[in-house]
Amino acid sequence: MINEFNHIQSAHCENGVTTSLLKHHGVDFINEPLAFGIGSGLFYIHIPFMQVNGGPAISFRTMPGAIFQRTAKALNVKVKRKKFRSEEAADDYLRALIDSGVPVGCQVGVFHLPYFPKEYRFHFNAHNLIIYGYENGEYLVSDPVMEGTNRLTVEELNKVRFAKGALAPSGHVYYPEAFGEISEERLKKAVISGIKRNVRDMLRIPGSIAGVSGIKYTAGKVRKWRDKLGVRKAGLYLGQIVRMQEEIGTGGGGFRFIYGAFLEQAAGILNNDELMRISEDITAAGDMWRSTAVQMAGVYKGRITEQKDFDQTADMMIDIYHKEKATFESLSKIKLK
Amino acid sequence: MKKKDIPQDESALKNVLREVVYAKDEDGKYTSALSQGWDVKKDALDNAWDDVNEKIEEAKQAVLSGEKSPVYYFKEKTLMDMPTITGYTGFWAITIKRHFKPSVFKKLSDHKLEKYAKAFDITIEELKSPDLS
Repeated sequence: MINEFNHIQSAHCENGVTTSLLKHHGVDFINEPLAFGIGSGLFYIHIPFMQVNGGPAISFRTMPGAIFQRTAKALNVKVKRKKFRSEEAADDYLRALIDSGVPVGCQVGVFHLPYFPKEYRFHFNAHNLIIYGYENGEYLVSDPVMEGTNRLTVEELNKVRFAKGALAPSGHVYYPEAFGEISEERLKKAVISGIKRNVRDMLRIPGSIAGVSGIKYTAGKVRKWRDKLGVRKAGLYLGQIVRMQEEIGTGGGGFRFIYGAFLEQAAGILNNDELMRISEDITAAGDMWRSTAVQMAGVYKGRITEQKDFDQTADMMIDIYHKEKATFESLSKIKLK
Repeated sequence: MKKKDIPQDESALKNVLREVVYAKDEDGKYTSALSQGWDVKKDALDNAWDDVNEKIEEAKQAVLSGEKSPVYYFKEKTLMDMPTITGYTGFWAITIKRHFKPSVFKKLSDHKLEKYAKAFDITIEELKSPDLS
């Protein structure tokens, strides 16, 4: 049973699954930046007292699952999701959906994902892909970060759907169940509410670890890492920031550019030129993140390892904090309709 | 970032995929293009793997010197943290830490060893006498 499906490659897996599934069901105008923006995907958070792969827990985007959920809801699409205890039940459910002609979004872990580059296979369990068919004991896979489609045996797919550890997927599947009408008015509203929610997330979350203030929080930590951890471990920590920022399926500087692309489209949809200016600003922030990554690489490659180099790295992050804060403040002042 | 500045450095993505990157075209409009990698990212990833490999080597030495059991070595080798290994085996973290002790490990039933073997994708034989060469 193979359903017709158009594979679309994207920068980030959840954007990609959202875009591909909506497009499959006839939402022609959707694309990755639009899905990301309507889903208020841009974020920054540094979770204290928690470690990921032995380094700081930092994310440059909103929590897993939120982009799909928010974008679908804003576009009047009803989503069905389900998790499972048993692998057999999970597999039966998936197969029945494909038999009924529905491509299905699946949350998976990447550690056992055979077609993924080996160097990227850590225990990361919030990856997303689409299953659109099966034949000869293999599932047909559209993984949004891959250039083409792939295949997984039933055993391989079960294994990644039931990966264990943080954010364990438990066979999680999701797919659009019912579509309402998406009028032009509805799209405009979706774009506006996506922007407003993103302004709120970046500027108005209390505390110092989330939104733009989180960037300042990390900068403060970076200043202390050399003394506290030693040059080598501090370098590994900086490397982790870069990896969270630029890794396939995560993209941080990358996320700023996707958001810039979204605002450019939003300017057209809402007929509002001021948004173009904000798009330029967020693009500039993305460029600043990239320069900071280059600086961090200087540290973890051992080229620049003095305290002044850590201070300079922190100063660059403080500049980004000010830039993103000012950008989202001007975004919040634009009257959108 | 401008499209012409998208890095095309050789990386771990080679022969597997190029990734989508958003950047500005010559007219200042956003477009997307494919990148085969960026040295800054490659070095961060290489560094992380050096660290992982160092930890695996340390674990290997700890098993050889009789300080730790093979469970500890395979946990490091398969990059598992505590939530991951407890998830795959069903044992509690405190139990697993006990199984890190060679004296406790030696007395484990085949049933328990089987759980570890399955989690690490190896046979019980490989678990009992790991290849540490």
